[in-house]
Amino acid sequence: MVNPKDDTGRAEMTGAEMVAQALKDNGVEHIFGYPGGAVLPIYDELFQQEDIEHILVRHEQGAGHAAEGYARSTGKAGVMLVTSGPGATNAVTPLQDALMDSIPLVCITGQVPTTLIGSDAFQECDTVGITRPCTKHNWLVKDVNELAGIIHEAFHVATTGRPGPVVVDIPKDIQFAKGIYTPPQQAPRTSYRPRLQGDLEAIKAAVHLLSEAKKPIIYSGGGVVNSGPEASHLLRELVDLSGFPVTSTLMGLGAYPASGERWLGMLGMHGTFEANMAMHDCDVMLCIGARFDDRITGRLDAFSPNSKKIHIDIDPSSINKNVRADIPILGDVGRVLEDVVRLWRATVTPDRAALGPWWEQIERWRARDSLAYKPNDDVIMPQYAVQRLYELTKDRDTFITTEVGQHQMWAAQHYGFEQPNRWMTSGGLGTMGYGLPAALGVQIAHRDSLVIDIAGDASVLMTIQEMSTAVQYQAPIKIFILNNQYMGMVRQWQQLLHGNRLSHSYTEALPDFVKLAEAYGGHGIRCEKPGELDDKIEEMIAVKKPVIFDCRVANLANCFPMIPSGKAHNEMLLPDEATDEAVANAIDAKGRELV
Amino acid sequence: MNAQLKPTGSAYFIARETETHETRTLSVLVDNEPGVLARVIGLFSGRGYNIDSLTVSETEHERHLSRITIVTRGTPHVLEQIKHQLERIVPVHKVVDLTVVARERGQDRPLERELALVKVAGVGDHRVEALRLADAFRAQVIDANTEHFIFEITGRVSKIEQFIAIMQPLGLVEVCRTGVAALNRGAQGMQ
Repeated sequence: MVNPKDDTGRAEMTGAEMVAQALKDNGVEHIFGYPGGAVLPIYDELFQQEDIEHILVRHEQGAGHAAEGYARSTGKAGVMLVTSGPGATNAVTPLQDALMDSIPLVCITGQVPTTLIGSDAFQECDTVGITRPCTKHNWLVKDVNELAGIIHEAFHVATTGRPGPVVVDIPKDIQFAKGIYTPPQQAPRTSYRPRLQGDLEAIKAAVHLLSEAKKPIIYSGGGVVNSGPEASHLLRELVDLSGFPVTSTLMGLGAYPASGERWLGMLGMHGTFEANMAMHDCDVMLCIGARFDDRITGRLDAFSPNSKKIHIDIDPSSINKNVRADIPILGDVGRVLEDVVRLWRATVTPDRAALGPWWEQIERWRARDSLAYKPNDDVIMPQYAVQRLYELTKDRDTFITTEVGQHQMWAAQHYGFEQPNRWMTSGGLGTMGYGLPAALGVQIAHRDSLVIDIAGDASVLMTIQEMSTAVQYQAPIKIFILNNQYMGMVRQWQQLLHGNRLSHSYTEALPDFVKLAEAYGGHGIRCEKPGELDDKIEEMIAVKKPVIFDCRVANLANCFPMIPSGKAHNEMLLPDEATDEAVANAIDAKGRELV
Repeated sequence: MNAQLKPTGSAYFIARETETHETRTLSVLVDNEPGVLARVIGLFSGRGYNIDSLTVSETEHERHLSRITIVTRGTPHVLEQIKHQLERIVPVHKVVDLTVVARERGQDRPLERELALVKVAGVGDHRVEALRLADAFRAQVIDANTEHFIFEITGRVSKIEQFIAIMQPLGLVEVCRTGVAALNRGAQGMQ
């Protein structure tokens, strides 16, 4: 900065300089973006500084998912920078994805000059209008003197409370205009004050209810991960103190270690039998930072019918939205858990024996071995591929991302997560194409770690162009494709719902993924036999550049266990019962209408 | 406006609706900034909530605060969601369910008033009758010539509805209504 600052940090500079300065002042080290006419002044500014590294993606959607992966793996805000018009509209998918999964994402968009707004100018779109429903908040900057304050506020809103995406739309003339830069302050707007501390009376009542439970369960979610490492630590402490069984949503995997003795596995539509049965039969449910999503509850009017429910969440609108909470506790998961653990230690004398019959029941459910599959010596079973990947990478510093579909569920079922922030997946929105750019974002944040995108052959093609970005920035991400030539989950639903008529769920002309990797300047590996799997996975890990691993798996394998739509937790379809006939009749006419 | 047939939530739920619908009047205090009304309206349309009436104006100029009054309908469960969803909007300071507050104070409902301008062009007996009825409803004549009247009427929604219905056969031409403005009775404000 050429302009002298006064002692409050205020200085005169252009709007573009303010953007760079505000990013630095908010601790940003990396941004993901794509230039265009309406952001050229900001790009010019980025060119003239060295504090922030810009990662040039190949499509704005890739920038968004990369920033999400960056955010999810670091706990910091992810930042993306795109131009007006198509740049902004391409950002909509990652914005909605971040909104549904509560990921802090700051998106800066260029806009046509203020004098042209509303004239249908070249590359003009109503960015704040389009992104209003898919952001936590957004701003159109009309005065350069407000720009710095708005960017600081954007970071504050994105990262506090229930995290989420924000958009700051900056017209080009504002980027050129000179004004006064103001540094970040601790005086955010008065209308936005997330409540962090839980109500102590409610927490006392919750601890009392938990202490008397005969069949308790802890159901934790992405909120535990979002709250920070301390929250995961406290969750583990609570489980150790109480001896309660614990299950988690897709988004919450890793908060409690998969190797932990109280772990029941994931719950929900493709969760384990023991987790879902325990949810159904429990007498007290402690929901921590989860939102009773439809993929979790199954049929709502048959959801855990005999339990008292305690719900801890930072977002008041999540409480009582789908499931009525008997004891709602509004606050940050970490802060509330701190109180819960403290009160538990002070007031509860644990009676482990009282939980004996409950654990015996759980062990009987566990003995059903609901994740079992038929091993095969000739064809790679997708579950086996994930298991081998897990065994060969679990002792390394590994991060896993996924696309969306069967492979995602197999990854969630068969890859064991020991730590939070190690698992990046598109849960709420279910965005195919999320995993490859998310892996890129993770790798940028963790240069020396092993970052693997467990992918499907259909999903990965949606954002395959980001291979080029990975090669450019020497980000050695590993794209592990469970290739069955189908949109497997679509096909599975067609088998369940539509008389096995496989309408457009088979990809007849897939690329040669090995050649594709080489074309991008990466490394390609193909594996077709179970016997070669371990060696080839080792090869993938050893190669120090982006790898596409084309793992040819059993084409018609389906993902079980499953709660068919319209059914309850205790009506799961287990793998050994999933005959063709059972699959065809699993869902009745009413369930067929559901998503 | 948006017919709400099912409670919100995923289509995955086979939800049985057992709760009955009720009408509530909400007062929403917001920062008067661009887009804030769009955020509120977008929330209602996006989540399938109803708006029966909506009134908005800046009410505190120094603090740039606007007050939005929304009359909405839904089951108690949906109404609770509406309040919490509104509270999530960053520029929203406070949401008060005036109907609930009135009930807590032992009153039937909050004070609610609406203003309407009603243009009537009748001839002969109809013209005389319109004027006589307007007087009975305490409507003011704010514009007239030999062919028409424009009445200004203020009152509860039911009174306005009744007045308009009565004017229908007497040569009603057009109506403009402000929507409901509402406050709770008593000395305390909403803050």
